[in-house]
Amino acid sequence: MRPAVLTGEHYITGDEACAEGAMAAGCMFFGGYPITPATEVAEHMSVRLPEVGGTFIQMEDEIAAMASIIGASWAGQKSMTSTSGPGFSLMMENIGLAVCTETPCVVVNVQRAGPSTGLPTMGAQGDMMQARWGSHGHYEIIALSPSSGQEIFNQTITAFNLSEKYRVPVLLMTDEVIGHMSEKVVIPNASEIRTISRPKPKGRKDRFKLYQPAENGVAPMPSAGDGYKIHVTGLTHDERGYPVMTVEAQAEMTDRIVRKIRDNRHDIIMTDSYNLEDAEIILVSYGISARTSLAAMHMARSSGMKVGFLKLNTIWPFAEEKIAELAQRARAFITVEINYGQIHLEVMRSATGRADCHLVGHAGGTVITPEQVMAKIKEIY
Amino acid sequence: MQKKIIITGFGGQGVIMAGRIVGMAAALGDKLESSLVQSYGPESRGGACSVQVTIADRQIYYPYINVPDILVCMSQGGYDKYKDILTGDTILMIDQDLVRVSADHDFYAIPSTRFAEEMGLKMMANIIMIGFLAGITEAVSLDSAKDTVSKSVPSKTIEINLKAFDRGWEFAQATLKSRRKKASGNTGVV
Repeated sequence: MRPAVLTGEHYITGDEACAEGAMAAGCMFFGGYPITPATEVAEHMSVRLPEVGGTFIQMEDEIAAMASIIGASWAGQKSMTSTSGPGFSLMMENIGLAVCTETPCVVVNVQRAGPSTGLPTMGAQGDMMQARWGSHGHYEIIALSPSSGQEIFNQTITAFNLSEKYRVPVLLMTDEVIGHMSEKVVIPNASEIRTISRPKPKGRKDRFKLYQPAENGVAPMPSAGDGYKIHVTGLTHDERGYPVMTVEAQAEMTDRIVRKIRDNRHDIIMTDSYNLEDAEIILVSYGISARTSLAAMHMARSSGMKVGFLKLNTIWPFAEEKIAELAQRARAFITVEINYGQIHLEVMRSATGRADCHLVGHAGGTVITPEQVMAKIKEIY
Repeated sequence: MQKKIIITGFGGQGVIMAGRIVGMAAALGDKLESSLVQSYGPESRGGACSVQVTIADRQIYYPYINVPDILVCMSQGGYDKYKDILTGDTILMIDQDLVRVSADHDFYAIPSTRFAEEMGLKMMANIIMIGFLAGITEAVSLDSAKDTVSKSVPSKTIEINLKAFDRGWEFAQATLKSRRKKASGNTGVV
């Protein structure tokens, strides 16, 4: 029997690093359905969870998988599922349920090329807008995007922490390439890993209100069996959790689930900056395309071109203030992503016409090469 | 320092495992950085298969390889796919019974599959090839490579796999020795 935190150096795939990150974060429940290229996350969790007394269930489909992790979360456990495009589509309705019921949980999407069944074994980054708006209604959500084995491990822990802190599903948007790529992953001592658990209610149980927010806008969350009388529904509800079919209740509830993310965006949005100080052209990228961009930036710098790189670790909420600030001093942005321009449009929106915005992207099935990015840099420099 | 290694062959030859052992030996044994990406198709046995391993003493930005420093070919298809991008600096290594080199460049040859069959376990051709690779190129240290081999194979087969590794390593030493002799003009013929 191995412990939850496998301290030491490992040479593992991104999917395995994701599973180990979940274990280190304290995940005790995984409900999922196998799908290439995310299967190895589930496979690894099916071995690891029983070792620490956790539960792994292969559900009948992804709709049920998403429902199961919501249930496990209300039973008091940190829970996760993993999938790829077609399964992500099936999960959308219940991701909305998790948003509406403010249920902490983590959903991993190891992206492959779509639409539909697409290219099951080949990568893409085409689900970024689906992550933002895939479920119906207006809401805010958190999505992260790692670009190496180590980052997958680290960001999976961060995903759980943000999810617990803000009571929102957190989407970890990886892709086939980093999911299957092997790299060195260093797992620290358990005492060095910071984990956050959801705020628990205190005080009189008979006066408890399920959705009465604390100072940071997030309500404490009891578990089933704690002794609180709770009603959890996807219908528009008041602070007690009971359905209320009025315009006022709708505004109040939506306002809460939107504001708890927007008002805390500075705590949630994480970016890395490379050579931005004097950059005339700034590459913007995430996931496997961040590796392409890093290589391209170094190529450009070595030939004397002032190119910087903004790496997005948090995709949603979007780093619009950072882009707006950079747009005042840089000449142009080049967004590098494996789709036809999803985050590119966000960069355009955030730059509000102050800098030119370009895209290096394609339909998926392979990565973008540093040479393709270099060609665009030379074209506009 | 950065070494880019591509290993190609058929599915079922243990090409991915060979790459994994090399990458792991470099990352965990030699304390370097290492990234491994693999060609990944629905086919498993018999189809074309390749693995790309980058080893470096600094952060690896982009894990894919355009021009390899070392190309290991365990099938003709793998060689044919890459032969046109080889430069004079690329170290080419082949299973000499499975690959015919058609272009004009230097190469190192070993009958790894035949050796494995002689040792009674055809599937060890990849381990013999890793021994050969470690001996010829020093992309990974001998100790790290052997240690990783023993951690990567079923416990009952550790001993025979280490023997297979040694077979490849020793063949590499013999190959290098005869090349040195040739280079110094001494062909050994009296």
